[in-house]
Amino acid sequence: MKRFLGFVNKEFLHIFRDFRTLIILFGIPVAQILIFGFAVSTEIKNANIAFLDFSNDEITRRIEDKIISSGFFNRTSDILNYNQIDGLFRKGKVREVIVFEKDFSRKLLSEGKATLDIITDGSEPNTATLVTNYTLAITTAFTQDLAKGSLTGAPQIVPQVRMYYNPNLQSHFMFVPGVITLILILICALMTSVTIAREKEFGTMEVLLVSPLKPVQIILGKVTPYFLLSFINVILILILSWLVFDLPVRGSLVLLLLESMLYILMSLSLGILISTVSKTMQQAIFISLIGLMVPTILLSGFIYPIENMPKIYDFVSAIIPPRYFIIIIKNIMIKGTGFLYVWKQTAVLMVMTALFIGVSIRKFKIRLQ
Amino acid sequence: MQNIVEASAVSKSFGTTGALEDISFNIGESEIFGFIGPDGAGKTTLFRVMTTLLVPDSGSVKVFGLDSVSDYRIIRNEIGYMPGRFSLYQDLTVEENLNFYATVFGTTVNENYDLISDIYSHIEPFKKRLAGKLSGGMKQKLALSCALIHKPRLLVLDEPTTGVDAVSRVEFWEMLKKLKAFNITIVVSTPYMDEAMRCDRVALIQEGHLLSINNPQAIKNEFRGRLFSVKAGEKHRLITALRQYPATLSAYPFGDAMHVTFVDDEPGETLGTFMKDQRLEDFIIEETEAGIEDRFLQLMSARETV
Amino acid sequence: MNETVISVKNLVKKFGDFVANDNLNFEVYKGEIFGFLGANGAGKTTAIRILSGLSSPTSGEVTVAGVDAFHRPELIKKQIGYMCQKFSLYEDLTVKENIILYGGIYGMKIGVIRQRVGELLEKLKFTEYENRIIADLPLGLRQKLAFSVAVLHNPKIVFLDEPTGGVDPVTRRQFWEMIYETASGGITVFVTTHYMDEAEYCDRISIMNEGRIVALDTPGNLKKNYNVGTVEEVFIRIARPEINKN
Repeated sequence: MKRFLGFVNKEFLHIFRDFRTLIILFGIPVAQILIFGFAVSTEIKNANIAFLDFSNDEITRRIEDKIISSGFFNRTSDILNYNQIDGLFRKGKVREVIVFEKDFSRKLLSEGKATLDIITDGSEPNTATLVTNYTLAITTAFTQDLAKGSLTGAPQIVPQVRMYYNPNLQSHFMFVPGVITLILILICALMTSVTIAREKEFGTMEVLLVSPLKPVQIILGKVTPYFLLSFINVILILILSWLVFDLPVRGSLVLLLLESMLYILMSLSLGILISTVSKTMQQAIFISLIGLMVPTILLSGFIYPIENMPKIYDFVSAIIPPRYFIIIIKNIMIKGTGFLYVWKQTAVLMVMTALFIGVSIRKFKIRLQ
Repeated sequence: MQNIVEASAVSKSFGTTGALEDISFNIGESEIFGFIGPDGAGKTTLFRVMTTLLVPDSGSVKVFGLDSVSDYRIIRNEIGYMPGRFSLYQDLTVEENLNFYATVFGTTVNENYDLISDIYSHIEPFKKRLAGKLSGGMKQKLALSCALIHKPRLLVLDEPTTGVDAVSRVEFWEMLKKLKAFNITIVVSTPYMDEAMRCDRVALIQEGHLLSINNPQAIKNEFRGRLFSVKAGEKHRLITALRQYPATLSAYPFGDAMHVTFVDDEPGETLGTFMKDQRLEDFIIEETEAGIEDRFLQLMSARETV
Repeated sequence: MNETVISVKNLVKKFGDFVANDNLNFEVYKGEIFGFLGANGAGKTTAIRILSGLSSPTSGEVTVAGVDAFHRPELIKKQIGYMCQKFSLYEDLTVKENIILYGGIYGMKIGVIRQRVGELLEKLKFTEYENRIIADLPLGLRQKLAFSVAVLHNPKIVFLDEPTGGVDPVTRRQFWEMIYETASGGITVFVTTHYMDEAEYCDRISIMNEGRIVALDTPGNLKKNYNVGTVEEVFIRIARPEINKN
C-alpha cells in the first residue's frame, strides 16, 4: 500500500510540474465546453430568407410576418421574379426563398388550397432541413389558426419543398467537401511540420545547416514532394466521391483543381510555420492535430453554420483558413459557380499563404539558437 | 602559415549556465587537434560556435581567417561536420546517404573518392543496407565518409568514438592520421584520455574552461611532482589506507594500481610500517611516468581548491 | 566468501533469428565485483536484463539470489538493485523526493527511509542539494546518487549497466570507490562497462563478443595469458579476428 501511495504521489508531482499536462487537464475541457456550448447548435438563428410574393395580399403578409417574428429568420430584400433566385443562392445570400403564388388568398379561401414554394439551399443539407422544418412548422400552425376561424372547413396551404442544388438532400453534399477541406489541411500541415521537426530531433538538421543549402532550398525541398502527393490525393478523393457518392463537380474542374493547389500550398506552409516553433516531433504533432483539428471541424462552418454562433466566434472563424476553402469548394462543386463568386476567398487564402511562407523563412533559424 | 581556426576569449552561456568561459586557442593547418574533457565540459558548444551554428556571447572565432558570425556562409562551404552519432539518415541506405551529402555540397561521390576510399572500403559491401541497421563502428565510418565527401579544409568531429568498441576506435584514429596527407585540418573531441596521445596537440577542457593546451607529451611533462604507483592485493583497503597516510598529497585508482603523490615528493620511511599496520604488507611501490589523465586529474583538483 | 549468488547455465536469448546471448555459462560469488565487458551490441545489456528479472531467457537456467529468474522473476526484485545509464532517477523530482520514492518502492518503512535519506545525503555531501531537481544536477552527482538509491535497501546484488559513461575522471573514480565500499559490505556488484581500464577494478571479468563469452578470469590472469599489459589489449587480441566480419 505504501508503495502504491508513494507512486501516486510521484505522479502528482510530475503532473503539476509539467505545464503542458496542466493545459490538457484543465485548459482543453474548458475550451471544449465553450466551443461546444456556443458553436454547436442544432437550431437555427438568423437564417437569411427572401420572399418572392406574387400575391402581396393580406394573408401572404400575415404569413411573412409570422415567419419573421419567430426570430429564427432574418429578412433580406424581397425579390420580384424567379430569375433572381439563382443569383441569391449562388452568392450565398439566403438560405431559403419562400414563393407565394399569384392570388394566394383567393385560392386559399375559395378553393381551399394554395401552394407555397419553399426553396432551400441544399448545399448544406443539415441546415437546409432545419430551416425547411422550421418554416413548415410555422406555416402549419398558421393553417391551423385559419381553420379555427373558418366555416367552410380547413383550408390547406400546400408546401412544396425544393432543395436547390441537392434535390435528394444527400448529406454527402455537405460531408465530402468538408472532409476534403479537413483532410487536406490536417495531413499537409501535419506532414510538413513533422518532417522538419524530425530533422531537428534526430540531429541531422545540424549537418544540413552547416551545408551550402539555403533555408529556402530546405523548405521548398520539404514541401515539393508533399505538394505533388497531396494533389494526387485530391484527384483520388474526387474520383472516389464521384464514383461512390455520385457527387458532381458542377462548376469548372480546372478551377477546382487550381483552388485545391492553392489550399494545399497554404496548408503546407502552415505546417512549415508550425515546425519553426516546434522542437520535437511530438510538439509538432500536438500543435498540428489539436491546434488545427478542433477549430476546423467546429468553427469553419463545416458542420455548424457560422451564422448560428455568437458574433465573437465569427471573428475567430475569420482567421481559420478552412472556412474560406469550404466556401470555395462548395461553390464550385455544388453550386457550380465560377471564379467571380469565389475571388474574395481565394484572395484571402493567397494572402495567408504568403504570410505563412514569409514568416517561416524569417523564423527559420540558420543557427541552432 | 595562416591559422585555420583562431578563437579569442570566447564565452557562451545558456540562461544562467555558463557553457564556455574565456576560451582562446589557435589551430594550424593539417593539425590533428583534440579537445579532451568529460560530459558537460563544453566541447559540443564550442564546436557549434566553431562551425557557425551558435553565436558566442563575447569573443570571436575566425575560421580560414573569416569571422564565424558574419561570414558563416563561406565557412559552411568548406567545413565537414560530424555532430556525434546522429548525423545520418537512418532510413536511407549507406549509398543514399553518401550521395545526398555529395549532392548537397555540389560534388559527386566519384570526384573525391580517393579521399574516402580507405574508410569507405570497410562499409562498401553494405552499401545497400539502411544506415539505421549498421553497427556503431560502421555508422562512424559512414558519417566520416559523408563529412569528407566534399573535401573540406576543416573537419570537425564531435565525440566520434563515443560508444564504439575498442577495435573500431583504433581503426578510426588510423584513418584520421592518413587524412593529414590531404592537408585537411582535423578537430576532434573525446572523453577518452588515451586518444589524446594520438593528436598533434591537445586542449584539456573542464566545465567551460581550458585547463591546458599543448602537445600530449608536453602536457604529460607538465605534471608537477613525482608520481608513484602503489599496488596491493586488497584494493579497497589500499585506497583507504593511502588516503589516511599523512604524507599523501593525492591518491587515485588507476586500473590495478593507485597513482599517488606525496608531500615533498617523498613517500617517507614511515610508509612501510604504516602499510604493515593496515595489513597491506604485500604492497609494492615504484615511481612511474605521469600520463595525460594524471595531469588532467591534477589540474581538476587544482581548480576545485581554487 | 565463496557463496554463489548468481548461477547461469546454458543461457540462450534469441530475438527472432538473432541470437543475442549464445549459451552463456558463469557464476558470480558473494561480495565480488564482477565486470561484464564487451562492445556495444555484444549482448551485455540483454544478459543483465535477464539477470535482473526484466526479461526472460529463451532457454537455460538462471538463478539469482537463490531465485529462479526464469520462472519467478518477480521474486528477484526485492533482492536486487538496478541502475542503468540512460535513466535511473526522475528528472523533474528533487533529490529527496527520489530517495523517498524509491524507498517506498522497495517496501522500506517510512522511518527507515527518513533515516537513510539523512545518512545518504551526508555521506555524499549532498545536504545542500536536498531539494534540487535532478535535472539541475551535473551528471557526476546524478550517477553517484543513482547508485546510492540502487543500494538503498541493502540488496544482495546490485546490477549496474554502463554507469560511468561520459563522466569526468574524478567522479568516475569516486564512483568506483563507492562500488568498492559496497562490495566490502557484502553486496555483490555486477557491472557492465566498455571502459576497459575499469575492468581492472573488478575482481573477475568476462568479455563478451557477438553473444558469447570469450574470456572469463581475473584481470591479472587474462593479462598474463595474453602476455599484454592492459585489459584493453586483451580485448583487442580477442576481437581482432572478428574485424572483417563487421
